[in-house]
Amino acid sequence: MTRVVTSTPVKFGALAVAVVLALLVPVFATDPATTNIAVFTAMYVGLATAWNIMGGYTGYISLGHAAFFGFGAYAFGLVLAHLGIAGGYEPFLFVPVAGALTVVLALGIGWVALRTRAATFVIVTIAMMFMVQLLAENLVGLTGGGAGLSFPVPPWTGDFYNTPFYYAMLLMALVALAVSWWIRRSKFGLGLLAIRDDEDKALAVGVPAHGYKLTAFIVSAALVGMIGALYGYYVTYIYPQFAIDPLIGISIVLMVFLGGLGTLWGPVLGAVILEPAQLWLAYNFGASRLYLVFYAAVFLVVIILMPRGIVPSVTSLIGRVNNRRAVGPSDAAGSATDTHVIVEPAP
Amino acid sequence: MSMLEVARLSKRFGGVTAVDACSLSLQPGSVTGLIGPNGSGKTTVFNLITGFIVKDSGDVRFNGRSIADLGPDRIYALGIGRTFQLARIFPRLTALENMLVPMRRDGLRGLFSRGHRHDERARAMDMLAMMDIAHVAGLLGGSLSYGQRKLLELAAVMMVQPQLVLLDEPAGGVNPALVDRISDHIRALNAQGVSFLLVEHNMPFVMGLCHDVVVLHRGAVLATGTPAEIRANPAVLEAYLGS
Repeated sequence: MTRVVTSTPVKFGALAVAVVLALLVPVFATDPATTNIAVFTAMYVGLATAWNIMGGYTGYISLGHAAFFGFGAYAFGLVLAHLGIAGGYEPFLFVPVAGALTVVLALGIGWVALRTRAATFVIVTIAMMFMVQLLAENLVGLTGGGAGLSFPVPPWTGDFYNTPFYYAMLLMALVALAVSWWIRRSKFGLGLLAIRDDEDKALAVGVPAHGYKLTAFIVSAALVGMIGALYGYYVTYIYPQFAIDPLIGISIVLMVFLGGLGTLWGPVLGAVILEPAQLWLAYNFGASRLYLVFYAAVFLVVIILMPRGIVPSVTSLIGRVNNRRAVGPSDAAGSATDTHVIVEPAP
Repeated sequence: MSMLEVARLSKRFGGVTAVDACSLSLQPGSVTGLIGPNGSGKTTVFNLITGFIVKDSGDVRFNGRSIADLGPDRIYALGIGRTFQLARIFPRLTALENMLVPMRRDGLRGLFSRGHRHDERARAMDMLAMMDIAHVAGLLGGSLSYGQRKLLELAAVMMVQPQLVLLDEPAGGVNPALVDRISDHIRALNAQGVSFLLVEHNMPFVMGLCHDVVVLHRGAVLATGTPAEIRANPAVLEAYLGS
């Protein structure tokens, strides 16, 4: 089995077109309902891509990333309140501070959680998320507890209100994508993929697995925390069950699984498919939990039809078709030169 | 000075003594066989030397430095590579990527540089060519035959030029023709200065390849000597065949 490698100009061309189209969304779709969908879609593209750096590349499935999302939102809100920053564009400058504070939390959680593997790690991350949620509820003096935390209200009104948030979310999604791409192309990324395949073997060939996993966990959490900060500012009011919501974590994971775990573009595709669909259901069928039924249905479809997700399944299909075309039945083994060209890491 | 010095190494699992005050010494440039009946503690000794399990007592010194409390990645970085009893490769990485995973600790710059830098990649292809598996460089590890995996594992462990390689049953589960090829590859690498410690049940393979042989029995060293001396040792025959 070989990997299909698309040429670099084609990749960059497709990326440029996608970015230009994304930049033009608020120009062509000005109504708040549509731009709201765009904001949340960009948000989940960033979240899924950031989560994939840990879950996809190392194979450590964290169901607790909502903790970092909510923590980032709370940290951001508290920083803004403490510094007396008013609504407007200025708060966006403080988003990296939320990321830096999330790093501290991720360091503590990761240090403990990454001493476990497989199912135990999943359980530990869930437990950690609920601990953070409980802390947010009970540290009333700091977080406001169940009464929630208010953010400065942006001065923008009308159809324009969503636009700055859309571009901020889009920027974060692109940053997450760039970080994910950079990691995937580095020796560090190769080490993460080796850990995913066989951690003990990776150790045996010199990969410092704990340090690598912790670094990936922190990078992933920092990005999620910054996106959480933007989210808090966007909705202007958060409370523990709303900001540290297990469903956020599960949605992210589902998007990555749908698009393709451990691939660069899979999380993007998963988010672009699932989030608008979920919001469309909410708009059309009210604030019911119907979207959960939809999620369950998607999950079943993925498990049954495409257990590896869309990107790997389609890539594999294209590879098989190409191989059939390129390799005749009398030369099924292929030659050395046939295979040498297909050695780039998977996109 | 010995390259590797194992001194009174012991390990117990519950009530079972897997390794019992085991001592052995490896000279630079040697190929040493570690043999013994099933359950004699050979793989446990490997795991202790390479840091996969923690010793109860004793010491392991490599080039004069104690490595007994280091993890596997640190030990690899010092120059000790290993393979596993059942060939272990990274199934979802290509053969070439498998070759690029092994790493020296060369700081953040090396860490975040592109994983397939030209020189590293060229060396990987050279190693694959040496093992006669260059034609599978672009194939996923999981799609390789068992013999190819064995060769890939050996090639990958050589990527950062270790001084000592521990091979756990290199001839296990492969056809006789490939056993001869593996033997030739080990000889060629040994001629380049790499030392080997190998666990193997295939006695002709061990006797034909090794300069020295260490026999383990119930976790302790029963005999040490050249292949001819070991063959003539009645205690070894008794350990294998019973009295």
